[in-house]
Amino acid sequence: MPSPYTEFHPRWYRARVSTWWWLGRWPYLRFILRELTSLAVAYFVGLTLFQLHALSQGPAAYGRFQETLRLPWMLALHFVALLFVLYHTITWFNLAPKAMAVRLGGRRVPDLLVAAPNYVLWLAASAGLAWLLLRG
Amino acid sequence: MAGRSNDPFFWGLFSAGGVVAAFLIPAHLLLFAFAFPLGWLDAPSYARLLELVRTPWARLYLFALCSLPLFHWAHRFRFTLYDGLQIKHLNEVIFAFCYGGALAGTATAAYLLWSI
Amino acid sequence: MANTIVLEIARYSPERDIEPRFERFEVPCREDWVILDALNHIKDRKDGSLTYRWSCRMGICGSCGMMVDGEPKLTCATFLHTYARREKPVRIEPLRYFPVIRDLVIDVADFMRKLKRARPWLIRRDEKPLAEGEYLQTPQQLDDYRQFSMCINCMLCYAACPVVGLDAQFIGPAALALAQRYNKDSRDQGAEQRTDELSDHDGIWGCTFVGECTRVCPKHVDPAGAIQQYKLTAAADWFKSFLMPWGARE
Repeated sequence: MPSPYTEFHPRWYRARVSTWWWLGRWPYLRFILRELTSLAVAYFVGLTLFQLHALSQGPAAYGRFQETLRLPWMLALHFVALLFVLYHTITWFNLAPKAMAVRLGGRRVPDLLVAAPNYVLWLAASAGLAWLLLRG
Repeated sequence: MAGRSNDPFFWGLFSAGGVVAAFLIPAHLLLFAFAFPLGWLDAPSYARLLELVRTPWARLYLFALCSLPLFHWAHRFRFTLYDGLQIKHLNEVIFAFCYGGALAGTATAAYLLWSI
Repeated sequence: MANTIVLEIARYSPERDIEPRFERFEVPCREDWVILDALNHIKDRKDGSLTYRWSCRMGICGSCGMMVDGEPKLTCATFLHTYARREKPVRIEPLRYFPVIRDLVIDVADFMRKLKRARPWLIRRDEKPLAEGEYLQTPQQLDDYRQFSMCINCMLCYAACPVVGLDAQFIGPAALALAQRYNKDSRDQGAEQRTDELSDHDGIWGCTFVGECTRVCPKHVDPAGAIQQYKLTAAADWFKSFLMPWGARE
């Protein structure tokens, strides 16, 4: 065991990590932005719950909800939210292969080939949703 | 063996919620916050939407869409507060806020989707 | 290309200083020089008191890790001329998130303790008798863990990981990657032992997948990948043992 004297030597310099550590480097900032996408995700759920509530209160209430969605500041907010949820999707699909180390025939499948099917499935699911809602 | 920390459970929820959010939320947001209100696409009528939502599959789907992403948020935001703001000493409060919020949202979704 | 380049080096003496200060040195900017050559030049000819670690000077011992313009680098593998174009002094600091003993030398005792917790050695329930010969391994079995075995313990990943800086208990990228190296080794039988220790909030679950560790690793170990894979197997094990507790593993 190292002696406590040298181990916790009071004069060894220990820099404090600033609260703004994440502003210090681009990769850190991108990381925090990725983590903040969870706020947009939670916001979306909140929005959907409000929408469901309005739906349950009758056509007039739902109409008022639609009006609110059209307000300029709502649109601006939702645009920001959309950017964040897209960032979530992209970072999620790009990072998922790292956790899986997929091997085929003994060789490691390149990350891009593991991520690509996710994108395809995403587009298919999105198109499917749109089709479901648009057909009379 | 299972006497290890409960982190795997919360991480599992985080992952499930992350997958649901990644695949479904962008399209939902684009359609319901932009395309339909702004008339880029023909919005389903009130009656049609209500009819759709009332089907059992839709209720389940919407419940998953509302609940799992909230648990994704709970886990991720908890860590963001720990690391970003370095307020780990408040971790009980943070935990209660995050998972309490997720449970509240889940309960609200359950109520709305049950009674609609 | 300019003839000389200025290095701005962190100096700290525990007997003399409260906090580090920076000193500038002008050194020749030779095309084949690395940062380590510049440091050696300074120590030889300008200031013999400059204190730093180095050994192999070829990127395999892991001793010469330092912050160069805010990036963790092996100074023996970082060329001076890369920085010559920038027309401002190159900042050399000790590896981030470690206590500084003096100048560019950091205390690694904490890292060594954390490394030990990962049990980075082959663990066997039963040893094969010598007469039965070696433990055989196919090239594919080697491939399963080979990348993670490339770690030279240089600690650049610790200097890159914000969680290491924010949480003193966090075991850190290299230790976890090395644990995975042994977990994935077909000769090893100690995965459960390791996971009992590491599947904890200061083990794998402390990692938030920032990914910086992988980006700075000079040996392309990909500790972030190792940790995420570890999370997946540890989580799967946890759910299995939770849902099927009767299926006790050996």
